[in-house]
Amino acid sequence: MSHKHGIKKLKIKVFRFNKDTDYLPYYDTFEMNVNQDELVLDIMNRIKWEHDGSFSYRRSCRHGICGSCAVKVNSKPTLACKDNVFDLVEIYGEELVIEPQDIKRAYKDMVIDKENFWNKYNSVQPYLVADINEFPTEENIVTQEEAELIDEADYCIACGSCFYACPAVAVNDEYVGPMALTKAWRFNADVRDTAKESRLENLQQLGSGIWDCVKCNECAEACPKELDPIGKITKLHLQTFEEEKSLNNVAVRHAVGFKWSIKKHGILDEGELVRYSEGNIGVMKHIPEAIAMFKRGKIVMPWNMPKSKNLSEIQKLVEIASTVKY
Amino acid sequence: MMEKLKYALYTGCTARESTPELLMSTMAIADKLGIELVLLDEASCCGASHLQDFDDMLSLTLNARNICYAEKLGLTMVTICNTCQLNTAVTKDRLDSDEALKAKVNEKLAEASNGELEYKGTSEVKHFLYALQDDFGYDKIAAAVTNPITDINVASFYGCHNIRPSHLQNKSNGGENPYKPVSLDNLVVALGGNAVEYESKNKCCGFHVELQNPQTANKLSGAAMLDAIDQNADMMVTPCPLCHLRMDVQQHGISKEIGREVNIPVLHLPQMVGIALGIEPKKLGLHHNVNQTGLNLK
Repeated sequence: MSHKHGIKKLKIKVFRFNKDTDYLPYYDTFEMNVNQDELVLDIMNRIKWEHDGSFSYRRSCRHGICGSCAVKVNSKPTLACKDNVFDLVEIYGEELVIEPQDIKRAYKDMVIDKENFWNKYNSVQPYLVADINEFPTEENIVTQEEAELIDEADYCIACGSCFYACPAVAVNDEYVGPMALTKAWRFNADVRDTAKESRLENLQQLGSGIWDCVKCNECAEACPKELDPIGKITKLHLQTFEEEKSLNNVAVRHAVGFKWSIKKHGILDEGELVRYSEGNIGVMKHIPEAIAMFKRGKIVMPWNMPKSKNLSEIQKLVEIASTVKY
Repeated sequence: MMEKLKYALYTGCTARESTPELLMSTMAIADKLGIELVLLDEASCCGASHLQDFDDMLSLTLNARNICYAEKLGLTMVTICNTCQLNTAVTKDRLDSDEALKAKVNEKLAEASNGELEYKGTSEVKHFLYALQDDFGYDKIAAAVTNPITDINVASFYGCHNIRPSHLQNKSNGGENPYKPVSLDNLVVALGGNAVEYESKNKCCGFHVELQNPQTANKLSGAAMLDAIDQNADMMVTPCPLCHLRMDVQQHGISKEIGREVNIPVLHLPQMVGIALGIEPKKLGLHHNVNQTGLNLK
């Protein structure tokens, strides 16, 4: 894939820390000649084999399927056995910094404690729940169309790249994050599974579930298998409404409120949307910012609310294109 | 002499309501640079990051309808909000790559418009930032600068929905790398300013969970703003009005949440360009910004 050939002399800085003996982490720098075919994993191997045998990292398959060797290079989520070093040089120049996925959770060098990641994974019933006939007399056939509903979520290798790239996970300990939600979709889209409803109910909780995704698309960018985790989160949202499992909370009213506002004005009535989402009492907490905005001419009064041209066309479209009842 | 650039402008909702300064400054700099912007007054809201979670088909048809009006004018659609850009680009991408879906959407559009509207896929959709970078050219902007923003340290804040997901955004953003974006920094330099290097420039401001999880939103915008401040930024600039609402309007709540005072002016991209082009502050709507620190400086 790299169009650059030859050998480059690179400065490789690696994060070093041993939880048992070190008070603070530090970085070791290695100057290395790297050729166009080498992957980040090759570099880590060479550091261990040629420079410092105590350097620690996880690795196994070397084929992008075990998910063990995920790290960050210059804070970019990187599956070490997949990402070519020259591609990274093209972005960051000839000094690369290799760090574990989450510095705060480092045990030893690249090896981190992934307990938070696996706990979130375990919380979504990441397995098939189905009544299985122990002595089947015929095949349990899943059609091609039915299998495609899973949208490749079953290709997830649990490397944690999306999870440790997710800014919502970083600041909200409760949030289950993109990997667990991708797994939830993998089973919720499986026609054989019978736990769809209970998964959806759990994922509605504010703080931990689907409504706490910040929509940044970092997970889509990070996933080495290109599984678009945020796309799976969107599918879980839509499934919630299809299955009529949505709760009546601020996040749900916010999503639904767009439809009512568009139907009324074409463009959004921002103030009314906040009131609709928060309710008449909840909206009170926004008064300080509303006053600050009003002083600066940032609040449109209801009687001045602009409307889109050809509003009746929009209204008709909302009527005939709506597929979800709420 | 280059042919005059002309675009269909999809303003989005915030530029018509809570960030009027964005529309004012966009029109002012377009006028000054000789770029013609035709307002798409027929357009509806794009649904932000929320309608597509509730009703996918409705979101698709509304966004397709918006693009139709640019197609009718035979113009490229420019957006001035990152989230409008993402929703519109996603819609275009899905319809252009799926004939059956396009036919389904067109059926609804035809019914709602008595046969007037048909989505064809003939108009490109790009954010105004990239129209300035790739079509107009920063060299020509630099040549038009009369009031360079010399000695001002500007922290560019890119906003998620202009740079991610890159496989989609790269169709209209000149191949911007989401891990190392440069377009806004290069613009700052073209205007004579100092581009601040800081890690959070491509991070999320948290706007889309502001109602259901204000703690998350405040922590995310707070971290980015502190990073900019710690790298000696005098001001921040963003191409996205949602990032702007978060970081300009919510500084009080952010400071409370993170336990450190955040006090920095945040400009919209066209406001910064307008200052350097010598456009009077009133036309740039600088009086609408909540944090006024230093905005009356020139």
